[in-house]
Amino acid sequence: MAEVKKNEEPRIGVFVCHCGTNIAGSIDVKAVMEYARTLPNVAIADDYQYMCSTPGQNKIAEAIAEQKLTGVVVAACSPRLHEPTFRNATKAGGLNPFRFEMANIREQNSWVHMHQPEEATAKAKDAVRIAVAKASLLEDLVPKSVPVEKAAMVVGGGVGGMQAALDLANAGIKTYLVEKSPTIGGRMSQLDKTFPTLDCSQCILTPKMVDVYRNEGIELLTYTEVEQVEGYIGNFDVTLRKKARGVITPAEAEARGIVGGGCTGCGDCVDVCPVIKPNPFELGMAPRKAIYIYHPQVSPLIYTVDFDACVKCGLCVEACGEKKAVDLEMKDELMTVKVGTVVLATGYDIFPIEKKFEWGYKNYDNVITSLEFERLICASGPTGGHLVRPSDGETPKKIAFVLCAGSRDSTGVGKPYCSRFCCMYSLKHAHQIIEKIPGAIPYIFYMDIRSFGKMYEEFYYRIQDEGAKFIRGRVANILEDPVTKNLHVNAEDTLLGRPIDMEVDMVVLAAAVQPTAETEKTRRLFGVSCSQDGWLLEAHPKLNPCGTTTAGVYLAGVCQGPKDIPDTVAQAEGAASAASIPIHRGEVELEPYFAQCMEEKCAGCGLCVNQCPYGALSLVEKDGRTVMQVTEAKCKGCGTCGGFCPGGAIWMQHFATPQIVAQIDAFLLGGEQ
Amino acid sequence: MADENWKPKIIAIICNWCSYAGADLAGGARIQYPPDIRAIRVMCTGRIDPLFILKAFQDGADGVLVSGCHFGDCHYLEGNFKAAKRMFLLKSVLKNIGLDDKRLRMTFVSASEGAKWGMVMEDVIKTINELGPSPLKEFAR
Repeated sequence: MAEVKKNEEPRIGVFVCHCGTNIAGSIDVKAVMEYARTLPNVAIADDYQYMCSTPGQNKIAEAIAEQKLTGVVVAACSPRLHEPTFRNATKAGGLNPFRFEMANIREQNSWVHMHQPEEATAKAKDAVRIAVAKASLLEDLVPKSVPVEKAAMVVGGGVGGMQAALDLANAGIKTYLVEKSPTIGGRMSQLDKTFPTLDCSQCILTPKMVDVYRNEGIELLTYTEVEQVEGYIGNFDVTLRKKARGVITPAEAEARGIVGGGCTGCGDCVDVCPVIKPNPFELGMAPRKAIYIYHPQVSPLIYTVDFDACVKCGLCVEACGEKKAVDLEMKDELMTVKVGTVVLATGYDIFPIEKKFEWGYKNYDNVITSLEFERLICASGPTGGHLVRPSDGETPKKIAFVLCAGSRDSTGVGKPYCSRFCCMYSLKHAHQIIEKIPGAIPYIFYMDIRSFGKMYEEFYYRIQDEGAKFIRGRVANILEDPVTKNLHVNAEDTLLGRPIDMEVDMVVLAAAVQPTAETEKTRRLFGVSCSQDGWLLEAHPKLNPCGTTTAGVYLAGVCQGPKDIPDTVAQAEGAASAASIPIHRGEVELEPYFAQCMEEKCAGCGLCVNQCPYGALSLVEKDGRTVMQVTEAKCKGCGTCGGFCPGGAIWMQHFATPQIVAQIDAFLLGGEQ
Repeated sequence: MADENWKPKIIAIICNWCSYAGADLAGGARIQYPPDIRAIRVMCTGRIDPLFILKAFQDGADGVLVSGCHFGDCHYLEGNFKAAKRMFLLKSVLKNIGLDDKRLRMTFVSASEGAKWGMVMEDVIKTINELGPSPLKEFAR
């Protein structure tokens, strides 16, 4: 429990920041500083150009020593930005860091009242008065250190998740890699080539998949989903659902006492399976059986039974024979693991581009998406790498690419953001057509070509030189010739200022990307916010792009916002590094915003016990009466109990009732009436 | 309205994780809104004892805004649900003591909704301006 210094006269130092002209541009900083000097309990008030600078921070430390301050107020930016800085400055001056209070006169004042200097100055004075009232009642608090479990979890087994898992494991941390589908690899394994180097996607991905599979520090949990998350940084208890795969691994077979059994990936079961379904990996363009693997390079190489399709005829069980790998009675299993930190790398989905009905996707046979194009042009794809028209199997010669299909679209049907990698992969597609189909011409309908990365612009020039045609204009609509199944692309060429009606053999829509359907569930499980477009929200867009507002949870890849493979891998390495820091430190400090029971006031009614979402409160017998007791390790400091206690017997550290009431009184009763 | 120079005194008690962050975002985006609201930060709207709000009205506040995370988004799982329940009850108390319950408002603004924060500010201030000074003002202190 924190020490409360009794009977002390508050002596508060107030420091008002100019922040260059950020604050001083609309607030009369000198007037606010002069006003602070008139407030009760204020021993010293000062102002400075940049309080966060070293001289600014030194002012605080010096004033604490000279004036024997009991509390510090800095009126500057948001406490969400610089509270840690000034707490450290307060500590450097020899005062407990929690005797610091911040008045936000920038984000919530000077920046939002830029043209009302008088009102902004009055509001800043109020803010300082409110902060001084709270600072006068602040007490010494000691952060609580908790040990960190030396294990991490990565959710999502795409290229980002794999990189994060490899980095964590190679840093000596036991890592659970959780992937909902039967194999790792993610979207990248569906791609044919990667821009701008034209590396074969699988060729650079599969070594990583093998690394992940072989790495002893990684426990690979494919076909597994996160069910429940409890705890906090350092101590997350994650419940996982291992979905019934219908097939056991050699290790599981050994556990069942089947010698030399388990799936070896021979594929005998597939040959006999009578059920045929569309293969989602090939986007429905190829068949698959009810027992399947996605593609030959899957990792782990274990077959999976699609129980929604399986008729349980048992032919696969027979074909498997003595290996006894197929178990059609398998049930989902729940398991709980304890980890210190979590990296979310849950990827993206393709925007359902059929919603843009004017382009006729799903109505016209020869309108396909870019991902379908990837599979059709890929040597291991359903056509063996021969690009064909779905309507008649002919090789297309004239192909239109529609960029920003659903991206940069403010009509309400599409997405307002740029999906970032469509320009580049469409350039790559143009190159592949020119390379593979003699005489074929790609026509690229674009709004802007965004070739922003290293060697990207050079790639763009190369594709121009190779003979791709670029038409600057958004496609208004596409109409199908019902006889030839050719397509008429209608657009305006905005550079020439004239309408175009172009007949082509095939149209490829560079469809936007969007958060996965499970993103909402995932972010609620881990307590992560999302931005307005649904992507997971980073802690700070520039200075903390891998972190989240939930300590111990980090982001990697497209789940945080559209990005290409190099950026995804870079962010994954950043997230892995960030996630390893608390684990290597071995302990984390929790802000000491705990509830405390003031036993002399507690009537032992127990109403607060049910209010706590974490089960941190309980009733105990003490000195012959029933009182509430707080388990500090479970308390997260929300204060919900304190807002409910009818006797006012709960002291919420740093947000105690007298402190909040003092703020309310200071605003409404202090100052000019 | 008695006083032409009357400016509403409105207090906002907002949660650290969503609404306070949303208000900061509005600042970063330089979204301009009227300056009549003073904000107090708590970690969660669940912390807000209804007595705080009654105290604010007793002190002469013309309006009180409570703003937290969207349902399901609470950093502490369900603090905002509990706050909403309390505010709902409190509104009926306010009506019973003859105070227009529009003077108490609960909104849900996420960390990414800077523009929405600006709209909430506009709207709350407009509502209180229409209602005029709180009838409890003269009893304040």
